[in-house]
Amino acid sequence: MSFQVMMQQLGSGLLRSIHIFALTLLFSLPLGLLVSFGRMSKNRIIRSIVWIYISVMRGTPLMLQLLAVYFGPFYIGGLKLGTMWRFTAIIIAFSVNYAAYFAEIYRSGIESMPPGQYEAARILGYSRTSTFFRIILPQVIKRILPSVTNEVITLVKDTSLAFSLAYAEMFTIAKQIAAKETSFMPFLAAALFYYVFNAIVAFGMERIEKSLNYYT
Amino acid sequence: MALLEMKHIRKSFDGLEVIRDISLQVDQGEVLSIIGPSGSGKSTMLRCATMLETIDAGEIWYLGEKTAWVEPDGTMVYPKGERLKKAHSCFGLVFQNFNLFPHFSVLKNIVDPMVHNQKKPKAEAVKEAMDLLGRMGLADKADAYPCQLSGGQSQRVAIARALALNPQVLFFDEPTSALDPELTGEVLKVIRSLAELHIAMVIVTHEMNFAKEISDHVIFMDKGMIEVEGSSEEVFSAKNDRMKAFFGKLEH
Repeated sequence: MSFQVMMQQLGSGLLRSIHIFALTLLFSLPLGLLVSFGRMSKNRIIRSIVWIYISVMRGTPLMLQLLAVYFGPFYIGGLKLGTMWRFTAIIIAFSVNYAAYFAEIYRSGIESMPPGQYEAARILGYSRTSTFFRIILPQVIKRILPSVTNEVITLVKDTSLAFSLAYAEMFTIAKQIAAKETSFMPFLAAALFYYVFNAIVAFGMERIEKSLNYYT
Repeated sequence: MALLEMKHIRKSFDGLEVIRDISLQVDQGEVLSIIGPSGSGKSTMLRCATMLETIDAGEIWYLGEKTAWVEPDGTMVYPKGERLKKAHSCFGLVFQNFNLFPHFSVLKNIVDPMVHNQKKPKAEAVKEAMDLLGRMGLADKADAYPCQLSGGQSQRVAIARALALNPQVLFFDEPTSALDPELTGEVLKVIRSLAELHIAMVIVTHEMNFAKEISDHVIFMDKGMIEVEGSSEEVFSAKNDRMKAFFGKLEH
Protein backbone atom coordinates (compact mmCIF):
# COMPACT_ATOMS: atom_id res chain seq x y z
CA MET A 1 0.00 0.00 0.00
CA SER A 2 1.37 3.36 -0.96
CA PHE A 3 1.94 6.09 1.56
CA GLN A 4 -0.64 8.18 -0.22
CA VAL A 5 -3.36 5.53 0.03
CA MET A 6 -2.59 5.05 3.71
CA MET A 7 -2.89 8.77 4.34
CA GLN A 8 -6.14 8.89 2.42
CA GLN A 9 -7.61 6.10 4.48
CA LEU A 10 -6.42 7.61 7.74
CA GLY A 11 -7.78 10.95 6.58
CA SER A 12 -11.24 9.52 6.05
CA GLY A 13 -10.94 7.93 9.51
CA LEU A 14 -9.97 11.29 10.93
CA LEU A 15 -13.12 12.84 9.47
CA ARG A 16 -15.18 10.22 11.29
CA SER A 17 -13.26 10.93 14.51
CA ILE A 18 -14.01 14.63 14.10
CA HIS A 19 -17.64 13.74 13.50
CA ILE A 20 -17.82 11.86 16.81
CA PHE A 21 -15.94 14.65 18.55
CA ALA A 22 -18.18 17.44 17.27
CA LEU A 23 -21.49 15.66 17.90
CA THR A 24 -20.40 14.60 21.38
CA LEU A 25 -19.59 18.19 22.32
CA LEU A 26 -22.79 19.45 20.75
CA PHE A 27 -24.89 17.13 22.93
CA SER A 28 -22.83 16.74 26.10
CA LEU A 29 -22.20 20.42 26.81
CA PRO A 30 -25.89 21.39 27.19
CA LEU A 31 -26.78 18.00 28.66
CA GLY A 32 -24.06 18.48 31.27
CA LEU A 33 -25.65 21.77 32.33
CA LEU A 34 -28.98 20.02 32.77
CA VAL A 35 -27.31 17.24 34.76
CA SER A 36 -25.56 19.78 37.00
CA PHE A 37 -28.96 21.33 37.79
CA GLY A 38 -30.16 17.87 38.79
CA ARG A 39 -27.06 17.38 40.90
CA MET A 40 -27.80 20.65 42.75
CA SER A 41 -31.57 20.13 42.86
CA LYS A 42 -33.48 20.76 46.07
CA ASN A 43 -35.41 17.57 45.40
CA ARG A 44 -33.62 14.70 47.13
CA ILE A 45 -34.84 12.02 44.73
CA ILE A 46 -33.61 13.88 41.64
CA ARG A 47 -30.33 14.65 43.39
CA SER A 48 -29.79 10.99 44.30
CA ILE A 49 -30.61 9.69 40.83
CA VAL A 50 -28.21 12.16 39.24
CA TRP A 51 -25.55 11.35 41.81
CA ILE A 52 -25.79 7.63 40.94
CA TYR A 53 -25.69 8.40 37.22
CA ILE A 54 -22.54 10.52 37.56
CA SER A 55 -20.94 7.96 39.81
CA VAL A 56 -21.55 5.12 37.31
CA MET A 57 -20.37 7.20 34.35
CA ARG A 58 -17.16 8.15 36.09
CA GLY A 59 -16.65 4.82 37.80
CA THR A 60 -16.79 2.47 34.82
CA PRO A 61 -14.72 2.39 31.61
CA LEU A 62 -16.07 4.35 28.67
CA MET A 63 -15.29 1.37 26.44
CA LEU A 64 -17.59 -0.78 28.53
CA GLN A 65 -20.29 1.89 28.34
CA LEU A 66 -19.96 1.91 24.56
CA LEU A 67 -20.51 -1.85 24.47
CA ALA A 68 -23.42 -1.56 26.90
CA VAL A 69 -25.22 1.05 24.82
CA TYR A 70 -24.56 -0.79 21.57
CA PHE A 71 -25.51 -4.30 22.68
CA GLY A 72 -27.94 -3.35 25.43
CA PRO A 73 -31.06 -3.06 23.26
CA PHE A 74 -30.45 -6.54 21.86
CA TYR A 75 -29.62 -8.35 25.11
CA ILE A 76 -32.22 -6.61 27.19
CA GLY A 77 -35.06 -5.96 24.76
CA GLY A 78 -34.23 -8.40 21.97
CA LEU A 79 -34.21 -5.47 19.58
CA LYS A 80 -32.29 -5.75 16.35
CA LEU A 81 -31.31 -2.28 15.31
CA GLY A 82 -30.07 -1.41 11.82
CA THR A 83 -26.59 -0.46 10.67
CA MET A 84 -27.14 3.16 11.64
CA TRP A 85 -27.36 2.11 15.27
CA ARG A 86 -23.61 1.65 15.57
CA PHE A 87 -22.89 5.34 15.05
CA THR A 88 -25.92 6.44 17.09
CA ALA A 89 -24.84 4.22 19.98
CA ILE A 90 -21.36 5.75 19.89
CA ILE A 91 -22.75 9.28 20.05
CA ILE A 92 -25.17 8.37 22.86
CA ALA A 93 -22.49 6.67 24.94
CA PHE A 94 -19.96 9.46 24.45
CA SER A 95 -22.48 12.26 25.11
CA VAL A 96 -23.93 10.66 28.21
CA ASN A 97 -20.46 9.92 29.57
CA TYR A 98 -19.03 13.37 28.89
CA ALA A 99 -22.16 15.08 30.20
CA ALA A 100 -21.39 13.56 33.60
CA TYR A 101 -17.90 15.06 33.63
CA PHE A 102 -19.11 18.41 32.31
CA ALA A 103 -21.88 18.46 34.92
CA GLU A 104 -19.34 18.30 37.72
CA ILE A 105 -17.30 21.04 36.10
CA TYR A 106 -20.38 23.26 35.74
CA ARG A 107 -21.32 22.56 39.33
CA SER A 108 -17.89 23.55 40.62
CA GLY A 109 -18.15 26.79 38.66
CA ILE A 110 -21.70 27.60 39.71
CA GLU A 111 -21.00 26.88 43.37
CA SER A 112 -17.92 29.10 43.31
CA MET A 113 -20.00 32.16 42.38
CA PRO A 114 -20.30 34.68 45.23
CA PRO A 115 -23.88 34.92 46.58
CA GLY A 116 -23.67 38.70 46.21
CA GLN A 117 -24.10 38.35 42.45
CA TYR A 118 -27.43 36.57 42.93
CA GLU A 119 -28.52 39.11 45.53
CA ALA A 120 -27.62 42.11 43.37
CA ALA A 121 -29.46 40.56 40.43
CA ARG A 122 -32.52 39.93 42.56
CA ILE A 123 -32.60 43.48 43.89
CA LEU A 124 -32.23 44.84 40.35
CA GLY A 125 -35.29 42.88 39.24
CA TYR A 126 -33.78 40.03 37.22
CA SER A 127 -35.92 36.91 37.11
CA ARG A 128 -34.33 33.66 38.21
CA THR A 129 -33.85 32.57 34.60
CA SER A 130 -32.29 35.83 33.44
CA THR A 131 -30.11 35.92 36.55
CA PHE A 132 -28.69 32.57 35.56
CA PHE A 133 -28.25 33.16 31.85
CA ARG A 134 -27.25 36.86 31.90
CA ILE A 135 -25.30 37.17 35.12
CA ILE A 136 -24.15 33.80 36.42
CA LEU A 137 -23.47 31.56 33.41
CA PRO A 138 -21.17 33.97 31.51
CA GLN A 139 -18.96 34.26 34.59
CA VAL A 140 -19.12 30.52 35.22
CA ILE A 141 -17.94 29.83 31.66
CA LYS A 142 -14.87 31.97 32.20
CA ARG A 143 -14.09 30.20 35.47
CA ILE A 144 -14.45 26.67 34.13
CA LEU A 145 -12.85 27.10 30.73
CA PRO A 146 -9.46 25.58 31.71
CA SER A 147 -11.17 22.45 33.08
CA VAL A 148 -13.39 22.22 30.01
CA THR A 149 -10.32 22.45 27.77
CA ASN A 150 -8.87 19.44 29.59
CA GLU A 151 -12.00 17.40 28.96
CA VAL A 152 -12.25 18.45 25.33
CA ILE A 153 -8.67 17.38 24.69
CA THR A 154 -9.31 14.06 26.39
CA LEU A 155 -12.35 13.63 24.17
CA VAL A 156 -10.22 13.97 21.03
CA LYS A 157 -8.18 10.99 22.16
CA ASP A 158 -11.17 9.09 23.54
CA THR A 159 -12.82 9.01 20.12
CA SER A 160 -10.38 6.17 19.43
CA LEU A 161 -12.41 4.02 21.84
CA ALA A 162 -15.04 3.73 19.13
CA PHE A 163 -12.77 1.04 17.70
CA SER A 164 -14.31 -1.30 20.30
CA LEU A 165 -17.51 -1.20 18.23
CA ALA A 166 -15.49 -1.64 15.03
CA TYR A 167 -16.48 1.80 13.84
CA ALA A 168 -14.08 2.96 11.15
CA GLU A 169 -12.70 6.05 12.87
CA MET A 170 -9.02 6.86 12.60
CA PHE A 171 -7.64 4.48 15.22
CA THR A 172 -9.63 1.51 13.88
CA ILE A 173 -8.29 2.17 10.39
CA ALA A 174 -4.74 2.61 11.65
CA LYS A 175 -4.99 -0.75 13.37
CA GLN A 176 -6.36 -2.44 10.26
CA ILE A 177 -3.61 -1.08 8.02
CA ALA A 178 -0.95 -1.92 10.59
CA ALA A 179 -2.17 -5.53 10.75
CA LYS A 180 -2.35 -5.89 6.98
CA GLU A 181 1.01 -4.29 6.24
CA THR A 182 2.77 -5.49 9.40
CA SER A 183 4.03 -1.96 9.86
CA PHE A 184 4.09 0.49 12.73
CA MET A 185 3.90 3.46 10.37
CA PRO A 186 0.09 3.80 10.42
CA PHE A 187 0.16 4.21 14.21
CA LEU A 188 2.81 6.89 13.97
CA ALA A 189 0.80 8.69 11.32
CA ALA A 190 -2.36 8.40 13.43
CA ALA A 191 -0.48 9.75 16.45
CA LEU A 192 0.60 12.73 14.40
CA PHE A 193 -2.99 13.33 13.25
CA TYR A 194 -4.30 13.19 16.83
CA TYR A 195 -1.56 15.51 17.95
CA VAL A 196 -2.31 18.09 15.26
CA PHE A 197 -6.06 17.78 15.88
CA ASN A 198 -5.47 18.46 19.56
CA ALA A 199 -3.06 21.30 18.89
CA ILE A 200 -5.79 23.01 16.89
CA VAL A 201 -8.37 22.35 19.62
CA ALA A 202 -6.01 23.67 22.30
CA PHE A 203 -5.26 26.75 20.21
CA GLY A 204 -8.98 27.40 19.74
CA MET A 205 -9.71 27.03 23.45
CA GLU A 206 -6.84 29.35 24.30
CA ARG A 207 -8.28 31.95 21.95
CA ILE A 208 -11.65 31.70 23.69
CA GLU A 209 -9.95 32.03 27.08
CA LYS A 210 -8.09 35.12 25.91
CA SER A 211 -11.28 36.65 24.54
CA LEU A 212 -12.72 36.47 28.07
CA ASN A 213 -9.67 38.09 29.64
CA TYR A 214 -11.18 41.56 29.45
CA TYR A 215 -12.41 41.20 33.03
CA THR A 216 -11.37 39.46 36.21
CA MET B 1 -48.40 57.57 53.91
CA ALA B 2 -45.14 55.95 54.93
CA LEU B 3 -42.90 54.61 52.18
CA LEU B 4 -41.82 51.70 54.29
CA GLU B 5 -43.17 50.31 57.49
CA MET B 6 -41.71 47.35 59.30
CA LYS B 7 -43.83 46.14 62.16
CA HIS B 8 -42.69 43.89 64.99
CA ILE B 9 -40.04 42.11 62.96
CA ARG B 10 -38.35 39.07 64.44
CA LYS B 11 -35.61 36.98 62.93
CA SER B 12 -33.53 34.09 64.23
CA PHE B 13 -30.62 32.19 62.76
CA ASP B 14 -30.28 28.66 64.11
CA GLY B 15 -32.16 29.52 67.28
CA LEU B 16 -30.21 32.72 67.89
CA GLU B 17 -32.56 35.67 67.79
CA VAL B 18 -30.81 38.51 65.96
CA ILE B 19 -33.83 40.79 65.60
CA ARG B 20 -36.22 41.02 68.50
CA ASP B 21 -39.43 42.82 67.77
CA ILE B 22 -38.25 45.83 65.83
CA SER B 23 -40.57 48.34 64.20
CA LEU B 24 -39.53 51.25 62.06
CA GLN B 25 -40.90 53.62 59.49
CA VAL B 26 -39.47 55.60 56.61
CA ASP B 27 -41.32 58.56 55.16
CA GLN B 28 -41.02 60.35 51.84
CA GLY B 29 -37.65 62.09 51.54
CA GLU B 30 -36.51 60.95 54.95
CA VAL B 31 -32.98 59.82 55.75
CA LEU B 32 -32.83 57.13 58.40
CA SER B 33 -29.51 55.91 59.75
CA ILE B 34 -29.13 52.70 61.67
CA ILE B 35 -26.04 52.59 63.85
CA GLY B 36 -24.75 50.25 66.48
CA PRO B 37 -22.08 47.67 67.22
CA SER B 38 -21.31 44.78 64.84
CA GLY B 39 -23.66 41.87 65.29
CA SER B 40 -26.47 44.08 66.58
CA GLY B 41 -28.70 43.07 63.65
CA LYS B 42 -28.46 46.26 61.56
CA SER B 43 -27.58 44.56 58.31
CA THR B 44 -30.05 41.75 58.93
CA MET B 45 -32.75 44.36 59.36
CA LEU B 46 -31.85 45.78 55.96
CA ARG B 47 -31.78 42.34 54.39
CA CYS B 48 -35.25 41.66 55.78
CA ALA B 49 -36.53 44.97 54.42
CA THR B 50 -35.18 44.16 50.97
CA MET B 51 -36.54 40.61 51.15
CA LEU B 52 -33.13 39.01 50.78
CA GLU B 53 -33.89 37.40 54.11
CA THR B 54 -37.21 35.99 55.28
CA ILE B 55 -38.77 37.17 58.51
CA ASP B 56 -39.96 34.95 61.36
CA ALA B 57 -42.61 37.34 62.62
CA GLY B 58 -44.01 40.74 61.75
CA GLU B 59 -45.12 42.62 58.66
CA ILE B 60 -43.45 44.70 55.97
CA TRP B 61 -45.44 47.37 54.17
CA TYR B 62 -44.36 49.34 51.11
CA LEU B 63 -46.41 52.37 50.05
CA GLY B 64 -49.27 51.31 52.25
CA GLU B 65 -49.42 47.81 50.81
CA LYS B 66 -48.57 44.73 52.81
CA THR B 67 -45.71 43.00 50.99
CA ALA B 68 -44.50 40.43 53.49
CA TRP B 69 -46.11 38.92 56.52
CA VAL B 70 -46.15 35.78 58.59
CA GLU B 71 -49.19 33.53 58.80
CA PRO B 72 -50.32 32.20 62.18
CA ASP B 73 -48.78 28.81 61.30
CA GLY B 74 -45.37 30.51 61.01
CA THR B 75 -44.93 30.50 57.23
CA MET B 76 -43.88 33.72 55.64
CA VAL B 77 -45.96 35.03 52.76
CA TYR B 78 -45.22 37.35 49.87
CA PRO B 79 -47.92 38.55 47.50
CA LYS B 80 -47.71 36.97 44.08
CA GLY B 81 -46.66 38.22 40.66
CA GLU B 82 -47.29 41.86 39.87
CA ARG B 83 -47.75 42.98 43.46
CA LEU B 84 -44.42 41.54 44.50
CA LYS B 85 -42.78 43.06 41.44
CA LYS B 86 -44.27 46.42 42.34
CA ALA B 87 -42.96 46.15 45.88
CA HIS B 88 -39.53 45.19 44.57
CA SER B 89 -39.45 48.20 42.27
CA CYS B 90 -39.95 50.49 45.31
CA PHE B 91 -36.46 50.05 46.63
CA GLY B 92 -32.83 49.79 45.66
CA LEU B 93 -29.92 48.44 47.67
CA VAL B 94 -26.26 49.38 47.72
CA PHE B 95 -24.06 46.63 49.10
CA GLN B 96 -20.97 46.85 51.24
CA ASN B 97 -18.90 45.06 48.59
CA PHE B 98 -20.61 46.68 45.57
CA ASN B 99 -21.61 43.47 43.77
CA LEU B 100 -21.17 44.98 40.34
CA PHE B 101 -21.39 42.50 37.48
CA PRO B 102 -17.74 42.03 36.47
CA HIS B 103 -18.49 40.84 32.93
CA PHE B 104 -20.50 43.98 32.11
CA SER B 105 -18.96 47.35 31.41
CA VAL B 106 -19.80 50.18 33.81
CA LEU B 107 -22.43 51.48 31.41
CA LYS B 108 -23.97 48.05 30.88
CA ASN B 109 -24.13 47.44 34.63
CA ILE B 110 -26.49 50.41 34.79
CA VAL B 111 -28.29 50.03 31.47
CA ASP B 112 -28.92 46.29 31.46
CA PRO B 113 -31.42 46.19 34.35
CA MET B 114 -33.25 49.21 32.89
CA VAL B 115 -33.58 47.63 29.47
CA HIS B 116 -33.96 44.01 30.45
CA ASN B 117 -36.15 44.36 33.53
CA GLN B 118 -37.87 47.71 33.21
CA LYS B 119 -38.24 47.39 29.42
CA LYS B 120 -36.95 50.89 28.79
CA PRO B 121 -35.83 51.69 25.23
CA LYS B 122 -32.08 51.27 24.99
CA ALA B 123 -31.30 54.80 23.77
CA GLU B 124 -33.26 56.36 26.61
CA ALA B 125 -31.60 54.06 29.16
CA VAL B 126 -28.13 54.91 27.88
CA LYS B 127 -28.88 58.62 28.07
CA GLU B 128 -30.13 58.36 31.65
CA ALA B 129 -27.20 56.17 32.63
CA MET B 130 -24.72 58.67 31.18
CA ASP B 131 -26.44 61.49 33.07
CA LEU B 132 -26.15 59.51 36.29
CA LEU B 133 -22.51 58.67 35.66
CA GLY B 134 -21.90 62.36 35.08
CA ARG B 135 -23.47 63.19 38.41
CA MET B 136 -21.22 60.58 40.04
CA GLY B 137 -18.18 62.15 38.34
CA LEU B 138 -17.61 58.98 36.35
CA ALA B 139 -18.64 59.94 32.81
CA ASP B 140 -15.20 58.91 31.52
CA LYS B 141 -15.53 55.43 33.04
CA ALA B 142 -18.59 54.34 31.06
CA ASP B 143 -16.64 51.84 28.97
CA ALA B 144 -14.40 50.61 31.77
CA TYR B 145 -14.94 47.26 33.49
CA PRO B 146 -15.48 47.00 37.24
CA CYS B 147 -12.04 45.39 37.73
CA GLN B 148 -10.46 48.62 36.47
CA LEU B 149 -12.16 50.80 39.10
CA SER B 150 -11.13 51.78 42.61
CA GLY B 151 -13.41 50.83 45.48
CA GLY B 152 -14.83 54.33 45.67
CA GLN B 153 -15.54 54.40 41.95
CA SER B 154 -17.13 50.94 42.13
CA GLN B 155 -19.42 52.04 44.91
CA ARG B 156 -20.45 55.15 43.00
CA VAL B 157 -21.28 52.98 39.99
CA ALA B 158 -23.32 50.73 42.29
CA ILE B 159 -25.20 53.80 43.55
CA ALA B 160 -25.83 54.94 39.96
CA ARG B 161 -27.07 51.46 39.09
CA ALA B 162 -29.51 51.50 41.98
CA LEU B 163 -30.68 55.07 41.22
CA ALA B 164 -31.26 54.26 37.55
CA LEU B 165 -34.27 52.16 38.47
CA ASN B 166 -35.89 55.15 40.21
CA PRO B 167 -36.43 53.58 43.61
CA GLN B 168 -38.61 55.36 46.16
CA VAL B 169 -36.25 54.37 48.92
CA LEU B 170 -32.59 53.48 48.69
CA PHE B 171 -30.94 51.18 51.21
CA PHE B 172 -27.21 51.33 51.97
CA ASP B 173 -25.62 48.39 53.74
CA GLU B 174 -22.38 49.78 55.21
CA PRO B 175 -21.54 51.44 51.90
CA THR B 176 -18.09 52.60 52.97
CA SER B 177 -16.92 49.74 55.18
CA ALA B 178 -14.78 48.26 52.41
CA LEU B 179 -13.14 51.59 51.59
CA ASP B 180 -10.17 53.55 52.93
CA PRO B 181 -10.85 57.02 54.42
CA GLU B 182 -10.08 58.87 51.22
CA LEU B 183 -12.42 56.75 49.11
CA THR B 184 -15.00 56.85 51.90
CA GLY B 185 -15.10 60.62 51.49
CA GLU B 186 -16.01 60.51 47.83
CA VAL B 187 -18.81 58.01 48.41
CA LEU B 188 -20.23 59.96 51.35
CA LYS B 189 -20.22 63.08 49.20
CA VAL B 190 -22.43 61.32 46.67
CA ILE B 191 -24.82 60.06 49.33
CA ARG B 192 -24.98 63.57 50.79
CA SER B 193 -25.93 64.94 47.38
CA LEU B 194 -28.78 62.43 47.20
CA ALA B 195 -30.05 63.56 50.58
CA GLU B 196 -30.21 67.10 49.21
CA LEU B 197 -32.43 65.79 46.41
CA HIS B 198 -34.77 64.37 49.07
CA ILE B 199 -34.47 60.76 48.08
CA ALA B 200 -35.55 58.59 50.98
CA MET B 201 -32.64 56.56 52.29
CA VAL B 202 -31.96 53.99 54.95
CA ILE B 203 -28.27 53.83 55.78
CA VAL B 204 -26.56 51.24 57.92
CA THR B 205 -23.21 52.76 58.74
CA HIS B 206 -20.29 53.02 61.13
CA GLU B 207 -19.56 56.60 60.01
CA MET B 208 -20.95 58.35 63.08
CA ASN B 209 -20.23 61.92 62.06
CA PHE B 210 -21.75 61.31 58.70
CA ALA B 211 -24.87 59.73 60.23
CA LYS B 212 -25.18 62.61 62.66
CA GLU B 213 -24.98 65.23 59.95
CA ILE B 214 -27.14 63.64 57.26
CA SER B 215 -29.95 61.88 59.15
CA ASP B 216 -33.46 63.02 59.90
CA HIS B 217 -33.92 60.04 62.13
CA VAL B 218 -31.39 57.77 63.81
CA ILE B 219 -31.80 54.31 65.30
CA PHE B 220 -29.20 52.90 67.64
CA MET B 221 -29.46 49.13 67.73
CA ASP B 222 -27.94 46.70 70.17
CA LYS B 223 -28.46 42.95 70.52
CA GLY B 224 -31.31 42.90 68.05
CA MET B 225 -33.29 45.67 69.72
CA ILE B 226 -33.71 49.40 69.27
CA GLU B 227 -31.84 50.91 72.18
CA VAL B 228 -32.32 54.59 71.33
CA GLU B 229 -34.08 56.33 68.50
CA GLY B 230 -35.07 59.83 67.54
CA SER B 231 -33.79 62.82 65.66
CA SER B 232 -30.08 63.07 65.04
CA GLU B 233 -29.55 65.55 67.91
CA GLU B 234 -31.63 63.50 70.33
CA VAL B 235 -29.81 60.26 69.67
CA PHE B 236 -26.30 61.63 69.62
CA SER B 237 -26.83 63.50 72.88
CA ALA B 238 -28.71 60.67 74.55
CA LYS B 239 -27.54 59.52 77.96
CA ASN B 240 -27.83 55.83 77.24
CA ASP B 241 -25.15 53.70 78.92
CA ARG B 242 -24.88 51.16 76.15
CA MET B 243 -24.52 53.94 73.61
CA LYS B 244 -21.96 55.80 75.68
CA ALA B 245 -19.91 52.63 75.91
CA PHE B 246 -20.12 52.22 72.15
CA PHE B 247 -19.15 55.81 71.41
CA GLY B 248 -16.46 55.71 74.08
CA LYS B 249 -14.78 52.87 72.22
CA LEU B 250 -15.05 54.75 68.95
CA GLU B 251 -13.07 57.70 70.25
CA HIS B 252 -10.06 55.65 71.23
